Amino acid sequence: MNQGIEVVGLYVRDQEEALSFYVEKLGFRVHTDVRNGDYRWLTVQHPEQPSFQLGLFKPGPPVLDAATAQAVNAIVAKGAMPPLVLVVNDCRAAFDQMLARGVEFTQEPVDRFGTVDAGFRDPSGNGWKMIGVRKARSH
Amino acid sequence: MSGDPKNQAPALLRRLLRAKDRMDAASHEDWPIRRLARVSGVSEAHFARAFKQAFGLPPHRYLLTRRIERATALLRDTDLPITEIAFQTGWESLGTFGRTFRDITGESPGEFRERVKIGTHELGRVPACVVSAVHRPDLTISVSEKRRRIADGINGPEEKELP
Repeated sequence: MNQGIEVVGLYVRDQEEALSFYVEKLGFRVHTDVRNGDYRWLTVQHPEQPSFQLGLFKPGPPVLDAATAQAVNAIVAKGAMPPLVLVVNDCRAAFDQMLARGVEFTQEPVDRFGTVDAGFRDPSGNGWKMIGVRKARSH
Repeated sequence: MSGDPKNQAPALLRRLLRAKDRMDAASHEDWPIRRLARVSGVSEAHFARAFKQAFGLPPHRYLLTRRIERATALLRDTDLPITEIAFQTGWESLGTFGRTFRDITGESPGEFRERVKIGTHELGRVPACVVSAVHRPDLTISVSEKRRRIADGINGPEEKELP
């Protein structure tokens, strides 16, 4: 695939904290980690999704002024950023594993409309929905 | 700008969000201020005000919207008896549930169920949590206020306590 979306970024309050969350607790890998002065371009990747990077960006100078950065941090901390969805093979197994690693779940796995879903947040407040792959059901 | 009292620190907001998340996860449970304040690591005296400042409505009104949201989902998606739905969503009596539901949505649980069962929904491709949030009632005034405004136009004000 040559065309398509390559990077989508999240705002995080602390890149080091976000890095350890997405890598150690969620099992993502670092794709790019480049610094230029105070600026740090940091992206991670799902191990099974090599064509997509999730950017973990800290709002602040030089891209955003301090007041705007504070407002963005507040919006993230209020959980007001748009939903993120992670697809897993087995939602309950992933839940158990992530819970043991200290992930803050907002919703335990629930069976809904033939799939199982759960909810969690990253340390900054970004909210994720975790959905088990839809299973073929014999009706 | 950081001196502005309206500007809540992101770290505080993140902890207040935890209280909101906990209500979301278990809206059928009782959430006294003491319990919510403990989740957020905020003093009881400051919690309700801080929550309202962060999320635009008082914590118990937020809880009410979540309960009604869940009740509407159960009315729509299940065939559970209304009594059972009232119980499952945290009301202690069917009467309180029915009255609050009507005050907020404008129709009784039974009327609501009848109406939505007729229509088909095409939201199967949207994650269920997002669907339910879309159907969350927008409670910009308190239920007692809403009730009072209606009652003022018809009868005398009602004085029932709310959950």
